[in-house]
Amino acid sequence: MALHKLTLYELQRKFTAGEVSAAEIVHAYGLRIAQVEQKVRAFVTQTKDQAMAQAEALDRRLKQWRKTKPLMGMPLAIKDNICTEGVPTTCSSRMLQNFVPPYDATVVAKLRKQEYLLIGKTNLDEFAMGSSTEHSAFGPSRNPWNLQCVPGGSSGGSAAAVAADECVAALGSDTGGSIRQPAAFCGVVGLKPTYGRVSRYGLVAFASSLDQIGPITKDVRDAAWLLNVIAGHDPLDSTSADVPVPDYTKVLAKKHLKNVRVGVPREFFTEGLDADVERAVNDAIRELKNLGGEIKDIELPRTDAAVAVYYVLATAEASSNLARFDGVKFGLRAKETKDLLDLYMKTRQEGFGPEVKRRIMLGTYVLSAGYYDAYYGKAQAVRTLIRQDFETAFSEVDVIVTPATPTPAFKLGEKSDNPLQMYLSDIFTISVNLAGLPAIALPCGMSKTGLPIGMQVIGRPFEEETILQVAHAYEHTTQWHLKKPPIR
Amino acid sequence: MTYEVVIGVEVHAQLRTASKMFCGCSTAFGAPPNSQTCPVCLGLPGSLPVINRTAVEMAVRAGLALNCRINTLNRFARKNYFYPDLPKGYQISQYDAPICEQGWVVITVGGTKKSIRIRRAHLEEDAGKTVHEVGSSGSVVDFNRAGTPLLEIVTEPDMRSADEVVAYLKTLRDILIYLEVCDGNMEQGSFRCEPNLSLRPLGTETFGTKVELKNINSFKYVKDAIEYEIKRQTKVLKEEGTVRQETRLWNLERGETVVMRSKEEAHDYRYFPDPDLVPLQLEKEWTEGIRATLPELPAAKVARFVHDYGLPEYDAMVLTASKGLAEYFERCVTLFGQPKTVSNWVMGELSRELNVAGIDASSSPLSPERLVELLRLVEQGAISLKMAREIFPELYKSGKTADQIVRERGLTQVSDEETIGTLINQVMADYPAQVAQFRQGKQQVLGFLIGQVMKASGGKANPGKVNELLKRKLTSSTQ
Repeated sequence: MALHKLTLYELQRKFTAGEVSAAEIVHAYGLRIAQVEQKVRAFVTQTKDQAMAQAEALDRRLKQWRKTKPLMGMPLAIKDNICTEGVPTTCSSRMLQNFVPPYDATVVAKLRKQEYLLIGKTNLDEFAMGSSTEHSAFGPSRNPWNLQCVPGGSSGGSAAAVAADECVAALGSDTGGSIRQPAAFCGVVGLKPTYGRVSRYGLVAFASSLDQIGPITKDVRDAAWLLNVIAGHDPLDSTSADVPVPDYTKVLAKKHLKNVRVGVPREFFTEGLDADVERAVNDAIRELKNLGGEIKDIELPRTDAAVAVYYVLATAEASSNLARFDGVKFGLRAKETKDLLDLYMKTRQEGFGPEVKRRIMLGTYVLSAGYYDAYYGKAQAVRTLIRQDFETAFSEVDVIVTPATPTPAFKLGEKSDNPLQMYLSDIFTISVNLAGLPAIALPCGMSKTGLPIGMQVIGRPFEEETILQVAHAYEHTTQWHLKKPPIR
Repeated sequence: MTYEVVIGVEVHAQLRTASKMFCGCSTAFGAPPNSQTCPVCLGLPGSLPVINRTAVEMAVRAGLALNCRINTLNRFARKNYFYPDLPKGYQISQYDAPICEQGWVVITVGGTKKSIRIRRAHLEEDAGKTVHEVGSSGSVVDFNRAGTPLLEIVTEPDMRSADEVVAYLKTLRDILIYLEVCDGNMEQGSFRCEPNLSLRPLGTETFGTKVELKNINSFKYVKDAIEYEIKRQTKVLKEEGTVRQETRLWNLERGETVVMRSKEEAHDYRYFPDPDLVPLQLEKEWTEGIRATLPELPAAKVARFVHDYGLPEYDAMVLTASKGLAEYFERCVTLFGQPKTVSNWVMGELSRELNVAGIDASSSPLSPERLVELLRLVEQGAISLKMAREIFPELYKSGKTADQIVRERGLTQVSDEETIGTLINQVMADYPAQVAQFRQGKQQVLGFLIGQVMKASGGKANPGKVNELLKRKLTSSTQ
């Protein structure tokens, strides 16, 4: 089997056994990228050459003393809003086109300790604001299953790169579904950890109270492997939780769901849900029952408010988080400005794309004197209610299963003129961020049009083990995750 | 119409932490531009703040000393505005849940005590410094100061004169210095004050329109700026009827205040809770633990010095003006007793030398132990008070003991009766006329004769002994 088709776990076993060298791995991925990247456009920056140099050095050293680590020599892609020292981190924005961070994000530092190989930085909707990767200043990425379709977003580049076998696994970030939605669109696995499970230090903030970094992988086992490395308390991130990190791969041994109560929120299976998606997710729920799971209907009554609440809170935080891009210290600085105000205005006019500007304006508005209580204050209150809905549900069930998205991947340009339609594509994932819960998206079927369909498994805070166990048990009895896109 | 001025004050006190409010960078003053920065205080994309525990502790110390309630739940908020020296486009501050609230400070003006209420004191980070270079078309920014912890202390509008404001500021500054939470350096900007004032017809209750004053960096300018502003507002009220709500800058060269921005230009700061920082919960035990470590504050110390040492209030005030001086004094008294004698020396000779050197008593080259040795020599009569004063500068500077200096200069006072007796006999023989005058009842010549004996001894004779012996000899010989 070609090296690039292997999962992280399989590739790591080969590497550890000495059957394949790091240089051979990088070489194989280099060939694959050369073959498909023109079509997929998953990367903003490719770092194959540095990866090869590192791989060769690694191989030389291993000849002297063979001692490996779980991610050693593994070619990973990282979303381009996660800081990598010495490698451009653009957020797919003109604003940061030439920004080279002088420091590593905590997750990157952890990967570096493992001696992973960075194969490239992946495309995203500018500053992670979007659901299709069409809002990238450097052009959209494509869905490897159908190049006319979007890969989803905002971590569309990471999901497409994993699906097209351009990397063995990737990191994404998820603020309202930005890991899970593209994973579902591209037929791969995407895990959004509990808020606070993974350090945000070095993740360029979009909405600080919602953002979370997580793995995008070829299967559930790989997600557990990657999470093992990136999870944990970080003294540099006050919002990271000091909660012990278990070995997430241990639960993978369980192949049944006896004593697991699976909640199904009926609110999620209503109008707007694509018939293929509904069928596939219902089939998956039956499969979970066959595995021994107890299926229960549950209610999440405030679900309909989630999108509105999200677009108040996320934009409010974004309007403040993006204030630092003022042309003074780093990133773009507009030329020929007549005074300070002109510098600010021109820099931000030229540096930000329309979606980012739209969200900055929305966020500035909802925080303004006289509007704060009606918008920001109210949204915070409803956020609490949404969290309580989940708490109530989780007193009766152990996991909640939903479709990951209302439809399979849509066509490029289909929703880019209608922000509201675009926002609604995250309707099933957004409330999970508002409640700070862990959730995983994994393939559970194919549409009649030949596009992957994903389901979402949501868990209690810091119970990533439970959702991994459910997802893995499902994956073990099904074949969806083994399907490969037709691209070659 | 007579107007009454109503003044409130905001003080920004830089906390004396070694590192910044939200990162590990040094807070030392005067380093090369931008040498004390990191991704966090530069606001680089992706960086995150972490609260400095020591800054919180210092804020609690100050709050307790200012009789404030310490809030157990602390939230940090973002204050959003654009300025080149504000790295993130927002300042992390506290808004609806400040660390300290509802305190008070007692000030003394013209011998009268008055209580000034503290509305709140909250933690925040400082901005950098924009430098407009002469001869250059552009400006440059130094971010060394960005992220330095500040405690913003806000009073109620309780002051009614420039003198009260200055008294409040001096009292507050002394307290913060005593607590070792702020160095109080106004020129370097570690203690910045922004008074706001309004006028109202005397005897009325409603506040007038408020004007805020900025750019004041000494107590003198505080007084000047407020007095100027009272005159200006009085004139405006008499001529135009209403004062505009605005922020004005003190212009030192022109000795007047000038408009910085009007109410219409005021920012909408769009405060909201900083999602990068979780609410800070202060354990009651922890804050009480800090209370237990609070030092004695200036006002309490003055009272104690008057009561325990029997010092005049003036002495007590001077000695407690600096914590170092007070400690120096108390150490001397422990070693030597005689508080008033010690006070005279510490307030007089010692303070003169310290002032010349521009240093605090805590770093005096002359230790209390060494000073007390000098006082002992005087007490024992080994040297005169005058000699002691003469050798003090050398004692202060040289590091030698008083004894050593006295011996080197051959200054030891002569007190033995035999030596002095011989000198007296000689003087009496040399000045028979004066001796005769004295014996005829002309007491005034005694001074002349003492002077001659002292002169003959080269100034070393113990004047008390000379006096006593001379009188005895003059009277006994007549019998």
